[in-house]
Amino acid sequence: MGEQKKTFVVTRFDPDRDDAPTTREYEIAVQPDWKTLDALNFIKDHVDGTLAYRWSCRMAVCGSCGMMVNGEPRLTCKDVLSQYGDTVHIAPLANFPVVRDLVIEFDGFMEKFERVKPWILRAKEKAVEEGTHRQSPEQLADFQHFSMCINCMLCYAACPVVSNEPAFLGPAAIALGHRYNLDSRDEGNGARNQVFRGDGTVFSCSYANECSEVCPKKVDPAAAVNQAKIGALLDWAKGLVLPRGGPE
Amino acid sequence: MEVRRHDVIIVGGGAAGLRAAVAIADADPSADVALVSKVYPMRSHTVSAEGGAAAVARPDDSLEDHAFDTVKGSDFLGDQDVIQYFVEQAARELILLEHWGCPWSRNEDGTVATRAFGGMTTKRTWFARDKVGFHMLHTLFQHSMRYAQIRRYDEYFVTKLLVDGGAVRGVTALDVRSGELFVIAARAVILCTGGGGRAFPFTTNGNIKTGDGMALAYRAGVPLKDMEFVQYHPTGLPRTGILITEAARGEGGYVRNADGERFLVERDYGVGTKAELGPRDMISRAIVQEIEAGRGLKGTYGEYVHLDLTHLGEAHIEAKLPFVRELARTYVGVDPVHEMIPIRPVVHYMMGGVDVDIDGATDLPGLYAAGETASISMNGANRLGSNSLTECLVFGARSGEKALEFARGSSDASEDVLRQQGAEEGARIDALRGKRKGGEKMAVIREQMAAALERGCGVYREESSLEEACRALAQLRGRYADLGLEDASRVFNTELVAALELGNMLDVAEAVANSALPRKESRGAHTRKDYPHRDDQNFLYHTLCSFDPGGPRIGKKPVTLGRWEPQERKY
Repeated sequence: MGEQKKTFVVTRFDPDRDDAPTTREYEIAVQPDWKTLDALNFIKDHVDGTLAYRWSCRMAVCGSCGMMVNGEPRLTCKDVLSQYGDTVHIAPLANFPVVRDLVIEFDGFMEKFERVKPWILRAKEKAVEEGTHRQSPEQLADFQHFSMCINCMLCYAACPVVSNEPAFLGPAAIALGHRYNLDSRDEGNGARNQVFRGDGTVFSCSYANECSEVCPKKVDPAAAVNQAKIGALLDWAKGLVLPRGGPE
Repeated sequence: MEVRRHDVIIVGGGAAGLRAAVAIADADPSADVALVSKVYPMRSHTVSAEGGAAAVARPDDSLEDHAFDTVKGSDFLGDQDVIQYFVEQAARELILLEHWGCPWSRNEDGTVATRAFGGMTTKRTWFARDKVGFHMLHTLFQHSMRYAQIRRYDEYFVTKLLVDGGAVRGVTALDVRSGELFVIAARAVILCTGGGGRAFPFTTNGNIKTGDGMALAYRAGVPLKDMEFVQYHPTGLPRTGILITEAARGEGGYVRNADGERFLVERDYGVGTKAELGPRDMISRAIVQEIEAGRGLKGTYGEYVHLDLTHLGEAHIEAKLPFVRELARTYVGVDPVHEMIPIRPVVHYMMGGVDVDIDGATDLPGLYAAGETASISMNGANRLGSNSLTECLVFGARSGEKALEFARGSSDASEDVLRQQGAEEGARIDALRGKRKGGEKMAVIREQMAAALERGCGVYREESSLEEACRALAQLRGRYADLGLEDASRVFNTELVAALELGNMLDVAEAVANSALPRKESRGAHTRKDYPHRDDQNFLYHTLCSFDPGGPRIGKKPVTLGRWEPQERKY
């Protein structure tokens, strides 16, 4: 197979030693069928053992290996290397604090994730002895694609609102909350819509659609955010007429 | 050194670990659980499971059939009391997942759909399209967030079990982000870290599957059981080893050789009319034999055969196997709607693991294990596809409840002892971090370990190659002590973590090779060219492998039979 050389310009930062991020260049031979992650793994094994980044499944489902590749958020295990020229820039995901090198800190995301109550809320839980809920294929289809999010956070790196409004729940968290709102087994819309309506949340979205464009799993978080806005508004309007919505 | 205290520590945040945590929280809302994982739980390798989870759900199915399929699949090495408990609890666990939000695929009437799987006599595998592990893991993780008493330690790498007075007392854990080592004390510890497939060169397993829990137990004096039984999944993508689910065959896919023949139908490989839905051990052997007979296809990354889904049609593939299509297109550039997928057998799962009883308890008081980390002897010599996700739930829950019971009846360890053990472990870690002395490169040792395992412990094994593997691995263990590391930073030092993981994999690798050597028979996934038949007279027992500074020590343990006596395994 035809080997080709590429230069990787990789952002480096070690808070123990550096005041600000720098870059380091690695020139290596790459294979035509490599993904961007394959190049990083080669560098780590054979050139520089100090380079820090996260990865695991290498099949685009664990969500660990998101990075900026030539300025765009990419899942590096799915990112075809041959699409790039001789020089490839790799940096940590935008809009997140950096722990080290290509490793971001996402405590804020985890907090938002939990804030949308991503679990089934019901006034009365079903007993296991009663068996499963009935859910038609159509009811499943209502929320299924919003349940495909792998939490890779590429959408946060692409979102123009996240960077300006840190309180904004952001695409993945809203899509997740919305996924449960659409689930026929769930009765928690009222509680989640309250979160959606809260400070700087769903209405901050400026319809930029960048989140859906970068999503490696075609979850379409932009659609979820827009639907969540409508749901939260309707719910609020209903609240003006009726004293209470669903269970909190 | 800071000491944190909890009632129970769970190491690992995949399906088994999360299920254990929820079981404890449900059993006693006042119990304080630490969930310690080297990755955020949603990154755990459960995420990569594709095809489904087995439990009897249809009126035309029975617990007895599920139990017998599992016993037969195990080549009669599974403990029948464990299997009976498993099949009884399986549906309950999958129903709970349904209540917690798992998006199981549905029949038109709204009931949960089931699909066919290898070695199962009827459709009993529940599925959520072909991302079952992903959906189960995310459902469990999201559900676990309801419980404030589950305290997560995300990206903490457990380096050692702390043992005092003949019982486990806690762990030392490296906070990867800060580089600080903590003592986390508890009255019980449950190991749920998955298997160690990464010790092999060609595996479906993600980078995190490094046998950590197995090595932790082994180093604490608990034996590993049945480690010679390593499952090769028949259908992995060349080069990457990425899994193409058995559900592809469950949904009607064929396996073809270079001549286009469905050799599982054309030739006698023991799978009978099951054909492509025979058990994994038999199909992997058949593929290797076809390739050795010159009927494979030659590729850049070795020889392979074809998985053919082209007759299923685009609509069926999109509805039931969309992830298979995405993986084939992304990683081998093949659209299975129109072309056949290149596949070859790939290391997938370890039937062996930490020796535990039906409660998930080890012989070390307070120490439990569940999921792939454990060998509860449900899978024996060969696991049936779709039994392991359910196993994680059934025995995750049970080990959680039993560990909680144990913790209630136990007392706290002395803080002085914990601090002292923590300090000793801290010194070991510090000496390893950025250790520039020593000439051995980590990648070289890792690659040589993997090569030794593949040569010695592949689909087919024999005396000479096994002996060579044991020798090579012992030598690598010596060279590992002379490892040279570059990264002296405390913050997110992945080289340090990888070095600790490599140590764990070497333990697992030695246990696999040394357990396989004395088993002079062929059973399930352990196939000896020099001993091609099963020998119940001499080998109907579990292998135990215990740590010894001089090299692994091998022992035996009886198999628990029950209503089924061993019989010839033919389909």
